[in-house]
Amino acid sequence: MLLPQPRGPVSAALTGALLRTPGPLSVPPLDAVPDAVHDEDLQLALWICYELHYRGFDDVDDSWEWEPSLLAARAALERVWIAHLREIGPAQRVEPDGVAGALARLVDEDDGPSLAGYLQRTATREQFREFVALRSVYHLKEADPHSWAIPRLEGATKAALVEIQNDEYGGGRADRMHSELFRSTMRALDLDDTYGHYVDRAPAVTLAVTNVISLFGLHRRFSGALVGHLAAFEMTSSLPNRRYGNGLRRLGGDAVATRFYDEHVEADAVHEQVAAHDLCGGYAIQHPEAASEVLFGAACCLAVEAEFGRHLLDSWQRRGSALRGDDLAHVA
Amino acid sequence: MSPDRKAETPAAAEVRTTITSYEDGPLLVRGDFELRTHSGEVINPGRATVALCRCGLSLIKPLCDGTHKSAKFHASGGDRER
Repeated sequence: MLLPQPRGPVSAALTGALLRTPGPLSVPPLDAVPDAVHDEDLQLALWICYELHYRGFDDVDDSWEWEPSLLAARAALERVWIAHLREIGPAQRVEPDGVAGALARLVDEDDGPSLAGYLQRTATREQFREFVALRSVYHLKEADPHSWAIPRLEGATKAALVEIQNDEYGGGRADRMHSELFRSTMRALDLDDTYGHYVDRAPAVTLAVTNVISLFGLHRRFSGALVGHLAAFEMTSSLPNRRYGNGLRRLGGDAVATRFYDEHVEADAVHEQVAAHDLCGGYAIQHPEAASEVLFGAACCLAVEAEFGRHLLDSWQRRGSALRGDDLAHVA
Repeated sequence: MSPDRKAETPAAAEVRTTITSYEDGPLLVRGDFELRTHSGEVINPGRATVALCRCGLSLIKPLCDGTHKSAKFHASGGDRER
C-alpha cells in the first residue's frame, strides 16, 4: 500500500515527511477539533501513524515506526482523540464481578441506527458494495488490533482471548481466516481486495472505527478498554451479520459471497460469551481497578460504530455515496 | 469465569470434554466431541469450541445464533436450576 492522499495541514506535513529519510519531523498543531470522529485530517493522520505498526507503506522507510518525533506528533493527536472518546464513553462505576452483566446492559441499551436492517431489506447492490468497501479498511486486518492484548494478559484471560483469536485466524487454516473470507465477499462484489485499497475513499468516521482499536491496542494502559472493545464488538455481531448475509442473498450473493457473514453468526455466538465472561469478567477480577475501563472500551466501540452507521444511512438517504469522491460505479 | 478454564493437570485437560452454561446464553462445548444430527449425520461446526442453543429460538440449531438476546432469554450460568 502507498501512503494515502493528505486531507489537511497535519496529514500533509506527515505524509510529506514520511516520504523522506527518517529524522526529526514537525507537524503543525491541530486547529480546533469540534468533532474528532468526523475530522478528516485528524483521523487520517492518526490512521497513518498507526498503520506503521501493522503493515506499513511501500513508499515509507520502516524505521519511521519508532522515530521519536513522529511518536511525539502522534501523542499530540491522541490527546485530542482520547479526550473525545472520554466524552462519548463516559466512566461508569462497576464492581469487578458485575462486568459481564454491565456489558450485556450496555449492548442492550445501545440505540445506534439499524444499518443491518437497511442492508437486509432495502440497500441497492451499489450501496452494499460501498458498505463492504468501507468495512474493508478494518476487515482486511480483522482481529489484528485485538491481538496486541495477548502478551499483556495473564492465565485464564489470555487463554480466553487466544481461543477467540484462534477462530478469527481460521484455526490454523489460512482459507478460513476471517480476513480471507472477507476477501471472497469483496471479489464476489467486484471490489478490489488489495489491503488498504479503499483507504483514500474512506471518510474519517471509517478510519475512526480502526483508530479506536489501534489506540487501545498500542497502549498497554488501555488493555482493559481493548478487551471491553472486543466484547462489545462480538456481542453486537451475530444478529447484524445474519441480516448482512440475508441482504447479500437478496441481492443475488451466493454461498461464497455470504460466507463471511454466515460464519460470523456462528463464530460470534461463541466469541461473545467467551469475551464477556471469561475475558472481560476475568480481566476485571484480575484488575479490579480497571473494571470501569472495560466498560469505557465497550462504550467507545458502540458509539463509533453508531456514527459509522449513521454516516452510511444519511449518505444513502440523500441518494449520495458514503465514500469520498465519486461513487464506486465511477471508478475501475 | 467458567470452570473449565481453571487449572488442571495437562493430561486430564486433554481428554476431558466440558460443557459450560453461560448466564442468559448458550452452552459452550470444548474438548473432544462430535456433533450429530438425529439421524446420525456428523455436523461439522468448523471450530474447536461451539455454542449450543439453550433458548430454543436459534435459526441454526443446534448451534447458537445470538437470538437469545433479542428474546430476553434468562437462565442461570451457574447453579442447577430447580
